[in-house]
Amino acid sequence: MNPVLLAVLLLSGLGLFLGIGLGVANHFMGVKEDPKVTALKGCLPGANCGACGFSGCAGYAEALAKSPNVRTNLCVVGGDAVSAQIAAILGTEAKATERRVARVRCRGTADACKRTADYVGVTTCRAAASYYNGGSACAYGCIGLGDCAAVCDVQAISVRQGVAAIDESLCVGCEKCARVCPKDRITVLPVRIPTVLCGNPEKGAATKAVCTAGCVGCKLCERACEVGAITVSDGLARIDKTKCVGCGKCAAACRFGVIRLHTENA
Amino acid sequence: MMIKSLLAVFLAAILTENYVLTKFLGICPFLGVSKKFGTAVGMSVAVTVVMMIATAVTFPLYTLVLVPLDLAYLQTIVFILVIAALVQLVEIVLKRYIPALYRALGIYLPLITTNCAVLGITILVLEKSAADASYTFLHAMVNAFGTGVGYLVAMVLFAGVRERLESADVPRSLKGLPITLISAAIVALSFLGFGGLVEGLLGGGV
Repeated sequence: MNPVLLAVLLLSGLGLFLGIGLGVANHFMGVKEDPKVTALKGCLPGANCGACGFSGCAGYAEALAKSPNVRTNLCVVGGDAVSAQIAAILGTEAKATERRVARVRCRGTADACKRTADYVGVTTCRAAASYYNGGSACAYGCIGLGDCAAVCDVQAISVRQGVAAIDESLCVGCEKCARVCPKDRITVLPVRIPTVLCGNPEKGAATKAVCTAGCVGCKLCERACEVGAITVSDGLARIDKTKCVGCGKCAAACRFGVIRLHTENA
Repeated sequence: MMIKSLLAVFLAAILTENYVLTKFLGICPFLGVSKKFGTAVGMSVAVTVVMMIATAVTFPLYTLVLVPLDLAYLQTIVFILVIAALVQLVEIVLKRYIPALYRALGIYLPLITTNCAVLGITILVLEKSAADASYTFLHAMVNAFGTGVGYLVAMVLFAGVRERLESADVPRSLKGLPITLISAAIVALSFLGFGGLVEGLLGGGV
């Protein structure tokens, strides 16, 4: 047989054989992706921030397609537009997204919070946190070296007077800053809920000894709250976000300005 | 005797003939995936599996089909075709039966399709078997496995080196890829020290 012809035949035969083999394998073993999941993935922003509580956008898309109980408004990056698109794909009613923003739960600025030492070293919060809290007298407060500002994609965070400050009009609520904070001082909450801007659970006197801006646990807010959403324990007020209605009475009652009611651009 | 020669092939494939560090094959994933220990191991395991399957198919294909038909010169193109199809098949099977591993490997699986280390092992075992009549299919399979393990060793070693590089104070002009290449060269250099080790251990005949 002509060697050229043989070579051509062998190669095309092999190619055909392998192609058919793969086709058959795909037919019997292939995994068909739900077309809904593909469509959902398409309309999610792809930020993979995890703010929805699932492992990235793909995880959220799969969860949405699988269970009708998963809410369509969990994507904080995409907002209402994405929620409406998701609802259209799933054939359910669109719900407005609740805008969530990150808050720094600390007011221990340079003049409020005492220092025990000057920190000289790697200028990240993570490094400083492992070494006498970067010289801060409060073991719970913001270190202020801006690890959160560094990871923020929308440049919403700046460090002012040694405490991270978040521009809520820019914040998309992706929680990246909250994950990177070594002191767990940042939380992402719906805008309507007020925040206790202190995380020091020591008794009032001990808190006052290190920082003039801290929560002393005086219980004024607890008494002011009409829905019982605030409890003071360990000398620190805590707000139950499932009970809170966002009326702002606690913020008005606090004599130290530790509770702040958030409005847009507050 | 058989076991001894298989052991020699296995050890040689890991140490003296390490594909990444002495033959410089498969450098792309070596540099690309060695940043983290976990992915380095995952990639190496995938490469090992594909290497063994590829050798198991191409070795008989060459000796039983290409050589009798006088088409040995088609070796490279046929092997690429076979390896590409095999990787696709492995991908389909993994996606169906072990989705967790499939997701963990992610992009690396398709990348293996064009990994020269896989093509390299299939061709080099044939060269060895042509040069030495006692080199059988079993030797080829052990060689493929050993090469995969060698790949794993190189990846894991280098992942360790890179983790230390992360915290090292590198001159600015060398940051990133330059220092990675330099440290890869030093690790490769250290593998030269294994030269002659296997012959010495098992008394020649490798």
